[in-house]
Amino acid sequence: MASTPALPFHFRSSLVLAARQFPRNRAATVGFVILLAICLAAAFAPWVAPYDPIQIKLSMKLKPPSLEHLMGTDHFGRDIFSRMLYGGRTSLSVGLLVVGFAFILGVPLGLASGYFGGKVDNFMMRLVDAFLTFPPLLLAVALVGLLGPDIQNVMLALGLVQAPILARMVRGSTLAVREDVYVTAARALGASPVRIVLSHLLRNMVSPIVVQLTVVFSAAVVAEASLSFLGFGTQPPEPSWGRDMSEARRFLSDAPWMFMAPTSIIAVCVLSINFMGDGLRDALDPRAWRTRRSVGTDA
Amino acid sequence: MSLLQVRNLRTRFATDRGTVNAVNGVSFDLAEGEILGLVGESGSGKSVTALSIMRLVPEPPGHITADSLSFDGRELLALSEAQMREERGSSMAMVFQDPMRSLNPVLTIGRQILEVLHRHQKLDGAAAKRRAIELLETVGIPLAETRLKAYPHQFSGGMRQRVMIAIALSCNPRLLIADEATTALDVTIQAQIIDLVKRLTRDRGTSVIWISHDLGVVAGLCDRVNVMYAGNIVESGPIRELFHRPSHGYTLGLMGSTPRLDGTGGRRLTPIEGMPPSLIDPIPLCPFLPRCRVSVAACQERRPERREFGAGHWATCLADLAS
Repeated sequence: MASTPALPFHFRSSLVLAARQFPRNRAATVGFVILLAICLAAAFAPWVAPYDPIQIKLSMKLKPPSLEHLMGTDHFGRDIFSRMLYGGRTSLSVGLLVVGFAFILGVPLGLASGYFGGKVDNFMMRLVDAFLTFPPLLLAVALVGLLGPDIQNVMLALGLVQAPILARMVRGSTLAVREDVYVTAARALGASPVRIVLSHLLRNMVSPIVVQLTVVFSAAVVAEASLSFLGFGTQPPEPSWGRDMSEARRFLSDAPWMFMAPTSIIAVCVLSINFMGDGLRDALDPRAWRTRRSVGTDA
Repeated sequence: MSLLQVRNLRTRFATDRGTVNAVNGVSFDLAEGEILGLVGESGSGKSVTALSIMRLVPEPPGHITADSLSFDGRELLALSEAQMREERGSSMAMVFQDPMRSLNPVLTIGRQILEVLHRHQKLDGAAAKRRAIELLETVGIPLAETRLKAYPHQFSGGMRQRVMIAIALSCNPRLLIADEATTALDVTIQAQIIDLVKRLTRDRGTSVIWISHDLGVVAGLCDRVNVMYAGNIVESGPIRELFHRPSHGYTLGLMGSTPRLDGTGGRRLTPIEGMPPSLIDPIPLCPFLPRCRVSVAACQERRPERREFGAGHWATCLADLAS
């Protein structure tokens, strides 16, 4: 799009308008800020974390939260707060990479399937059906089992599980948008298929795609937790939210803080992302834009 | 020399229940600068005729054939899809029925105009913007410069149709097809849009195919009318001729079912009874026969031939209505 000099001033103005819309949604803004804080804390874990996350100190084991250990310690006397920070690196990068993978694989497949229809569509959707017949977690477990219990493989497996879901959703939206009059109108004005797909179809599907991607992100964080919980993802002593949650299970009655820390962080993360997705959807759809100006204060 | 020459145009669609003959051997000429009306009820093949000329009928399931479909001396059916894309929007343009849905809701008005200018005239930057503003002003949109940044939902239906017309005329096409362009608008806006199209096309010598089921609109705008029924043109003629001497049972029926504001008060509207025929099976006799109020004995025996009444007025009807 950068090759057409006519676009930037419009493109920018609509992006600016969208950016101006986003903060008007309180929940979305709060979600964004929390998520940003969690990401930064995870990224700068080595500087932020007060203790080494894998340093065992048995004399300090199963201590409840205190000023010294903000979230208490686990059964090896490791600082849970530090483990959460380091664990976030794994969990969040899994989330991001799975989103990226699902997007790169799912969106083009869905678009092609919906736009071209016919045999292409049939073939791809049967493939998607095949993927969707398996329970997603089971499929991920099988794939990880096949590839080996490694964090990269977890990402790959989760991406492969999520991509078909996204592809199906994009296909559905494509079918709906493709029939709109403005697509025929664009064709009547000489627009090429590439142009139609990129500037008409895709632009009109941004909202559902963004929302679906936030769902994918949440699902990936939870799935990584589940896989680690089952022993497939992160291997001990490496910290990860899901891994720590699984270990905490044995000490649920003696040291509930061990369980509370990862579960609440995952919950807060997923909630923040969902709120943010909600806000993004509204901000990216000009029809949902609201203004705070009142009549008379100049437009 | 006519701009558009259509000879025996047939457009068929493959469906599970059989082949639908949506357009069944349509022939007509369109002269340079002429405004031609295409009237008929829903399903009579008006829109498919228009889409076939633009080659916008999806193939498959559709299939277009014609002895000749020549536009400006070139056979459209012989062009490749890429060549056709060059024509669409630059030498031939189309305006659709529903202005609420024919603009992309997530792109600004300006972007949608600029896209076409860039596509066909390689206009960019300030020059393109100036041209876009100029276009919006010609179709009567005030504050054009600020409106470029507006989104379609901020415009009323009439304004959107004005924008569509501005886009359609942006590259000075030689042919403009308006498919029920004013049907979705209320009457006052309708009149404004018709005036606009009349003014802009007369100025530039653009030929227009105006599709409508509203005889009143056609009477006020067109030079000539083709009346379509069941995928065929059943009557054609200069506007005055046709309105004064309707010579086909269907045209007569259409006129009887259209309310008129001028003169002839106290007349009751008479609907055309029944439904249009299925276009799947071949129709041996006159397709309008089952609904015709003026049929004669000969109608039961043979398919009517084209009968000329002079001045380019003809009809495929056996009943003697002209007298």
